[in-house]
Amino acid sequence: MAPDATYASAPAKNGAQITVDTLIEQGVDTVFGYPGGVVLPLFDKLYDAPLNFIIPRHEQGGAHMADAYARATGKVGVVIATSGPGACNLTTGIATAMMDSVPMVAITGQVRTDLIGNDAFQEADTTGITRPITKHNVIVKDVNDLARTIREAFHIASTGRPGPVLVDIPVDVFVAQCQPESIASQIDLPGYKVRVHGHSRQIQLAAQAINKSQRPVLYVGGGVIIANAAQELRQFAKKANLPVTMTFMGLGSYDQTEPGSLDMLGMHGSAYANFAVQESDCLISIGARFDDRVTGKVKTFAANAKIIHIDIDPASISKNIHVDIPVVGDAKLILQELSAEVEYQPRKEWFDKIENWKKKYPMGFDNNSEIIKPQYVIKMISDMTKGNAIICTGVGQHQMWTAQFYKFTKPRTFISSGGLGTMGFGLPSAIGAQVAMPSETVIDIDGDSSFSMTLQELATAVQYNLPVKVCILNNGHMGMVRQWQELFYGKRYSKSSLISPNFANVAKAFGAAGYLVEKKSDVKPTLEKMLAEKGPCVVDFHVEAEENVWPMVPAGKSLHEMSGLDILESMA
Amino acid sequence: MKHILSALVQNKPGVLAHVAGMFAARAFNIDSLVVGRTEDPELSRMTIVVLGDDRVVEQVRKQLAKIVTVVKVQDFANQDVVQRDMMLISVACTPEKRPEMLALIEMFHGKVVDIGPKFVMVEVCGPESKVEAFIDACRPYGIKTLARTGSIAMPRYNKADEK
Repeated sequence: MAPDATYASAPAKNGAQITVDTLIEQGVDTVFGYPGGVVLPLFDKLYDAPLNFIIPRHEQGGAHMADAYARATGKVGVVIATSGPGACNLTTGIATAMMDSVPMVAITGQVRTDLIGNDAFQEADTTGITRPITKHNVIVKDVNDLARTIREAFHIASTGRPGPVLVDIPVDVFVAQCQPESIASQIDLPGYKVRVHGHSRQIQLAAQAINKSQRPVLYVGGGVIIANAAQELRQFAKKANLPVTMTFMGLGSYDQTEPGSLDMLGMHGSAYANFAVQESDCLISIGARFDDRVTGKVKTFAANAKIIHIDIDPASISKNIHVDIPVVGDAKLILQELSAEVEYQPRKEWFDKIENWKKKYPMGFDNNSEIIKPQYVIKMISDMTKGNAIICTGVGQHQMWTAQFYKFTKPRTFISSGGLGTMGFGLPSAIGAQVAMPSETVIDIDGDSSFSMTLQELATAVQYNLPVKVCILNNGHMGMVRQWQELFYGKRYSKSSLISPNFANVAKAFGAAGYLVEKKSDVKPTLEKMLAEKGPCVVDFHVEAEENVWPMVPAGKSLHEMSGLDILESMA
Repeated sequence: MKHILSALVQNKPGVLAHVAGMFAARAFNIDSLVVGRTEDPELSRMTIVVLGDDRVVEQVRKQLAKIVTVVKVQDFANQDVVQRDMMLISVACTPEKRPEMLALIEMFHGKVVDIGPKFVMVEVCGPESKVEAFIDACRPYGIKTLARTGSIAMPRYNKADEK
């Protein structure tokens, strides 16, 4: 908004009112946050602001909710916390959003500017603490800078490679008055440039390499979802006739029920995806970052492939793997241009080979025991929802099984902490997604240990009557820790089992519905009841305690050196 | 290998912390870092000497450029640049040794900036190698105190740039 005559005569506003008005101007309709001492002036202005406000039970939960709200909608998630402990409690949520490139704006209160540095009550160096876990952060010491700074925060958070931006506002700045638009309030970021258009020469080189290749693989990451480019990805993959594998963060970008889908690659990826990548002669990466959980041993990763890397972040190019043809820019635009240049190649031999791997090493599990297998529950949820649900998770075995056994068909339907691996993300993220998508079925597939980290947010779900469904795959352990101890530490299960309460009763105590399932035959009927519940609901599935996630690329091994292939083979 | 990076940054609080923090968090090695104002009051220039192979330094350059308050980053590798360090060095020197010491200082185009009965303080400015050589030359006398700025640098005139 340009300053104009009407504003010059507008009454002065205080910083708190400017904050609220600027949020609304930026298109915000929902805010997650927790009050406290120095943010009281802001909360006073929020009292009659036209915003949907959700109070979590812990600031970390609020940050995860804002994060999931952003992942589900593509809009910027907003979270507010007070100074000191409030800001510190946000940090896990901010770091989670940073690692997964989620657009988020965190607004924190700060002690009075004249007290900063004096170890005042509830003072913490919030910008210092959050500098390495934000895309950008700033403390506003003059109310005249406030509106501009918040606008800049939204711009930085939502453009380029998105990420969290924190704005720290001292209480005296909330209280100070100014003419909101009588000062320079336009975005002024000389050091912030985003390149969206890919270099046309590089796009041509990429297209030539793809057209020439005999054994290409498309390796797709979360960047395609962020760029809202799933449609363009599909057209491109179909036109050039390319098999598609996705990173954990990329799940949902390509319909896994399509024959061209190789599902997920990496440490717990499908055998057929990993073999295909290792044997490919042209690997086309879009919006992925060659993470160590994807590449395995870097030296042998796709060793014979020409590597094309399309990414909006120039710093991602050749960070972990040498890239032959980099294309920096927006995935949606580049995919459109690339589609025009590529030609259909039948590649029958290559697809036959992939089909053979799929037949020989299907993603499966032994379902013959009477004990409930965690994979069985997930497969059942997948079959019953047919990809028409938003799935959230905690972190660990249940998360990997969800990635392996739930068939995702649409972008923004899988919300999970990939990069940081934040246990406790499941329930608050499900709440955030449900707030964003009130009419969608939102299911948190969780572990007993992950769920226990943030289960107090059940109260939030009950307070706002958010019908989130929680499926706890309860194996009495920190399953992934236990698996590693079994495989690599001689079954010395050091501090990796937990005795938990009856989670169904816990849910009921919070005012949610709760079910306990111990028999395999009860899985389906209980899931049906759960899906029919009008309010929040927790199902505690007691599952096989010592089930492992297969296949697995052990640390330091090459991507094709998977353990557990014999188990997959026996399922064929 | 040493690379000289020159970064134009916004003259705002927290910029130095951001740059220094990024180096620490990503385990990059800084040989020296110099910050000073420029002709534009809104901008400062950081000259950073980084140790690492080309691949590492390319990452450093990109990560620097990614910081919102960093406006522009140049890598001076493979460029003809003027590089200067400045040093103040206090060397043990009795009156008897002064003629010898002055000859040495003259040789390095140094300047005597303070003198006492038992020491002489010298200002030396020049490329890093010259400063290092002067330090070595002073060692036999006994170095009392030493302070250095780290490198600043600027590319030389290049005809090709005019085209």
